[in-house]
Amino acid sequence: MESITAFLHMGGYAQFVWPAYIIALIGLGGVLWQSLASWKTRETEFNALKSKRDTSSNGSVS
Amino acid sequence: MHRFANPTVFMRIANAIFPWAAGVSLVCFVVGVPLALFISPPDYQQGDTVRIMYVHVPAAWMGLMVYGVMAVSSAVYLIWRHTVAHIVARASAPVGAMFTALCLVTGMLWGEPMWGTWWVWDARLTSMLILFFLYLGYIALGDAFEDQERGDKASALLALVGSVNLPIIHFSVEWWNTLHQPAIMGLAGFTVNAAMLRPLLLMVVAFQTFYIAVLIIRLRGELLAAKIRTVRFNLAAAE
Repeated sequence: MESITAFLHMGGYAQFVWPAYIIALIGLGGVLWQSLASWKTRETEFNALKSKRDTSSNGSVS
Repeated sequence: MHRFANPTVFMRIANAIFPWAAGVSLVCFVVGVPLALFISPPDYQQGDTVRIMYVHVPAAWMGLMVYGVMAVSSAVYLIWRHTVAHIVARASAPVGAMFTALCLVTGMLWGEPMWGTWWVWDARLTSMLILFFLYLGYIALGDAFEDQERGDKASALLALVGSVNLPIIHFSVEWWNTLHQPAIMGLAGFTVNAAMLRPLLLMVVAFQTFYIAVLIIRLRGELLAAKIRTVRFNLAAAE
């Protein structure tokens, strides 16, 4: 238990070390999430458009 | 090299790389973060604040590296008109901006306890801030034109011109007086103890492979967006 407290205390620099890692997590996680979300959105949009194109009477469009 | 300008060939290679990049990144983070936070020793001068290095230094390197990728891709786009190269640059910009912002913020969190100040207007910090603004300028310029191709060319040119900042950032700690410590990697090898070097290198690889994996996800999105534009155009033409 004591070692966990000491670990969290970071030798008195907890207020600098922990925010650095939390901000890194937010930054990396945020970019990853945004990239995945926009890819998925476009995939849904593309599939919707494709089915619209395929059901349209003019099948010659590719 | 021109063979890779074909989006289909390019994405086939990218998709083959993706699971490896994502896997290596995950493993390096899972091993590297506990090493950085827990197992690596505190510095004899800086105490536990040295642990900030394990995110600050990889973020700084990636800020520079991603901009380097953008500059080279932009040159390829401007010279050979390969759209794929421009898409790589455009997909990289937000990721590079995030790395640079992360470097600046973690640097401030390190500067306050060690230098007694969050910020100094010296060459290293100022040139890094300029790099961040170059990223923002690149993103803004690409969307600033009615004509997409003009925006593409203007932003590619900005990426190229801005690359003059990269050697300035790198050598700033040698050319000018600064509070910032000198480079830890040079021609003579590393100036860091092995117990600190191991987690640092793990985090560097984690960040690099993270960038590659995220870049491939963003490229998929960008190519889908291009396909959507084409299908929309064709549908409108058919009506």
